[in-house]
Amino acid sequence: MHAGKTSGLVPRPVALVLATLFAALALLGVGSAAASASTDPSEEPSGPVLSIGGIMRDGDDPVEGVEVTVEGGGFSEVATSDDTGRWSVVVPEEGDYSVTIDPDTLPDGLDLRDPDRTTADVTAAEWQTNTISRLFPLGEDTRQTSGFLDLFMQRLVSGLNFGLLVALAAIGITLIFGTTGLNNFAHGELVTFGGILAWVFAVLLGLNIFIAIPIVVILGAAFGYVQDTVLWRPLRRKGVKLVQAMIVSIGLALLLRYFYLFMVGGGTKTMNVGLSEAIVLGPVRITTGSVLSMALSVVVLVGVALFLTRTRIGKATRAVSDNAALAAASGIDVDRIIRIVWVIAGALAALAGVMLALYRQVSWDMGFQVLLLMFAAVTLGGLGSAYGALVGSIVVGLFVELSTLFIPADLKYAAALIVLIFVLLLRPQGILGRRERIG
Amino acid sequence: MDWGNILGNAVGELISPTTAAYALAAIGLGVHFGYTGLLNFGQAAFMLIGAYGFAIPTISFGAPLPVAVLCALIASVLFALFLGIPTLRLRADYLAIVTIAAAEVVRYIVTTTGLTDVTGAANGLSGFKGTFAASNPIPDGTYGFGPFTYNAYDWWVRIVGWGLVILASVLVFLLMRSPWGRIVKGIREDEDAVRSLGKNVFSYKMQALVMGGVMGSIAGIVFILPRAVQPANYTTGLTFFIWTIMLLGGAATIFGPIVGSMIFWVVLSLTQGVLYGAIESGFLGFLSTTQAGQIRFMLVGIALMLLVIFRPQGIFGNKKELSFSV
Repeated sequence: MHAGKTSGLVPRPVALVLATLFAALALLGVGSAAASASTDPSEEPSGPVLSIGGIMRDGDDPVEGVEVTVEGGGFSEVATSDDTGRWSVVVPEEGDYSVTIDPDTLPDGLDLRDPDRTTADVTAAEWQTNTISRLFPLGEDTRQTSGFLDLFMQRLVSGLNFGLLVALAAIGITLIFGTTGLNNFAHGELVTFGGILAWVFAVLLGLNIFIAIPIVVILGAAFGYVQDTVLWRPLRRKGVKLVQAMIVSIGLALLLRYFYLFMVGGGTKTMNVGLSEAIVLGPVRITTGSVLSMALSVVVLVGVALFLTRTRIGKATRAVSDNAALAAASGIDVDRIIRIVWVIAGALAALAGVMLALYRQVSWDMGFQVLLLMFAAVTLGGLGSAYGALVGSIVVGLFVELSTLFIPADLKYAAALIVLIFVLLLRPQGILGRRERIG
Repeated sequence: MDWGNILGNAVGELISPTTAAYALAAIGLGVHFGYTGLLNFGQAAFMLIGAYGFAIPTISFGAPLPVAVLCALIASVLFALFLGIPTLRLRADYLAIVTIAAAEVVRYIVTTTGLTDVTGAANGLSGFKGTFAASNPIPDGTYGFGPFTYNAYDWWVRIVGWGLVILASVLVFLLMRSPWGRIVKGIREDEDAVRSLGKNVFSYKMQALVMGGVMGSIAGIVFILPRAVQPANYTTGLTFFIWTIMLLGGAATIFGPIVGSMIFWVVLSLTQGVLYGAIESGFLGFLSTTQAGQIRFMLVGIALMLLVIFRPQGIFGNKKELSFSV
C-alpha cells in the first residue's frame, strides 16, 4: 500500500509527538471503557450521576420547603427545595420521568403562575446531559421581558463569535479545495481533534488553557501534516480522481469520528476552565471566553490574510490555487505548498475546535455538527476563495444565531443550510467566487 | 462463544428486510451515481421522506395502503425536483454539498419539537403497520426452517421487500439498455458531448434524480416495516452506508447493490457477534459492547476508503464503466 511506503517519511519528532498523543488517547479510552463496562448495579456509583432538579423562586427570592415528586419506571422520590430554593433528585437511569410539584407546600399567598401546570415530563431522549432541570414559575410574572432590540444585539454578538470560529475552520477547507480540488469531508474531524485535545489538556490534565491552546494548535498542525503525508499525497501520486478522494475523505471521517467516540464516549464534556464570567456591555452579556475567542479569531484571521498576500509562500499558495500547472511551470514546488496548506488547515481547525469547545461543549461529533455549516460558508463565499470563506462564515454565523429570533432554536442549522440552497439558485459562484469555478 | 447463534444471525441478514431496504436504496443511488454520475449524498433524506410520507398519512388520516405509498412517492418526487433545480446545472460537487445539506435540513425539520403532533419529534412514529399487515395473504403462524424461521408478518415484509428489489433491478436493467439509458450513461462519460448531440442534459439528469429518489423512498418504506420511524436513523451515516454498499457491489451494475447489501449486513452481523462473544467470554474484557458497535463503524470507514482507492469499480464492476469524471 502506498500509505505504508510513505509513512516512513514522517520525520521522527512528529512521529514521536503523535505516538505520545495516541498513547494518551488510548489510555483515556481504556479508562472510559472500564467506566462504561461496569453496568451491573452493584458498581453503580462509577457511572455518571443522573439528576433532575430545579430552583424555586418568587421574583428573585428563593422559596424554601416546596415539595417536588419525581416518578417514573417504578422509581419515586420526593425532594424539598432548600434555603436557596434549589431541589434535586438523583435518578437511577436515563428514562422517562414525570415531575410533580405539590402546590399545598407553597408558602401562603404564593401560587403557581399557571395553576394547571403542576406536572412536567422528562423523556428518555432528553438525557443528553447528566442533569435535567425543570422549572415551575411562581407568583406574578415580574421578569423583564427583554426588548426585541436587546435580544437582537445579544444574538448579533453570538452570531459574530460563532461566525468567526466557523471562519477559522472554513479557511482550511477552502485552501485545501483551492490547491488540491478536494472537498474534505473529514475537516470536521480536524475540528473535533482540537476540541477533544483541549478538553484532555485543560480539563483532564488540568493545564492552564493558555498553555493548552498552543499545544493543541501544534498537534493539530502535526495532524494535518500527517494526514497529507500518509494519505493524501500518496493518493495524489496515484492519480486518484477528485470524487474518489472526496469519498475517501468521507470514509476517513467515519473512521475518525467513531474512533473519537470509542476513546471518549458519547456524553458531552463541559469545558470548565474559568472563562465563563459574564461581561455586561449594555444589552449584551458575553463571557470572557467568548471575548477571548473573538479576539484570537480576528488576530489569526488577519495573520492568515497577511500570510496569503505578503509572504512568498502565501503568494505561491494563491498561485497554486489559481492554476497548479502554471505554478509548477514557474518553479513553485506544488507538493510543498499543498503540505503547508494542510499544516495551516490542521492548525486553524484545531484552534476552531478549542473555541467551539469554549463556545459550546466537547463531544465526539462536535466538528461534524458544524461541518455542513463550514461547507455552507465556503460555498456561500465562493469555493476556493479565502476571503469568500471569511465573509460566508460570518453570514452563516449571524444567520444561525439571528434566525432563532423568528424560528425555533432547534431549526437554526436548518435555516442556514436552506440559505445555502437558495444562494446556489441565485448566485452559484458564491458571494466572492469566480464564474469559472462552477463548471 | 455460541458460533451457531452468531452464524445463524449472520445468515438471517441475507434475506432480512433491512438488507432489502439498503439494497433498494443502493439501486436508486446506482441510478444517480453509477449510471448518471450524480453525486447524491442525500439518499438518507429520500428514505426519510419515504418513511414519513408513508407513516404520517397512515397515522394522521387513516390513509389506505396505496394512498399512503402514493403520498410517499409524490413527496420524494417533489424533493428531487427541489434538490435538482438549483444544483443540476452546476459542477458535480455542488450537488454533493447541497444534497447532504438538504438531508440534514429535512432531518432537523422532522426532529423539531414544534412538529411533535405530526412527526413525533425525536421519538418518531409508530403504529402505522396496520394497513400493511392487513394486506398480508399469509395465514397466521410460523414458517421456515433453521435461521429462516419467521412469523407471517415477517415473511410478508421479506417477500414484499425482496419483490421490490427484484422489480427495481429489472427496471434498471431494461432502462439502461434503452436509448434513455444510453443517453444517461453518455452524460456520465461526457456531458458536453451529449449536449452537442442536442439532448437536454438537465432534463435527463433530473429524470435520473427523480427515479433514484423514488427508489430511495420505497426503500424508506421497506426499512420501517419491521421497526418504528426514528429520526435518528436518517443521519448522514445512513447515506454513507448506502454509498459503501453501492461501491462494494459495483456502482453501475445490476447485482452489485443486492450483493453489496448482503455482504455488508452479513459482515456487520458477524463482526458484532464475534466481538460481543469475545467480550462475554472475557477475551476482550476491556471493551464494552457499545464500543464494539463503534468498532464496526470504524471498519465501515476503513472499508469505504480501501474500496474507493483500490477497487473503485466494486466486486462486479467493470473499470471502464465507472469513471470518476471529476
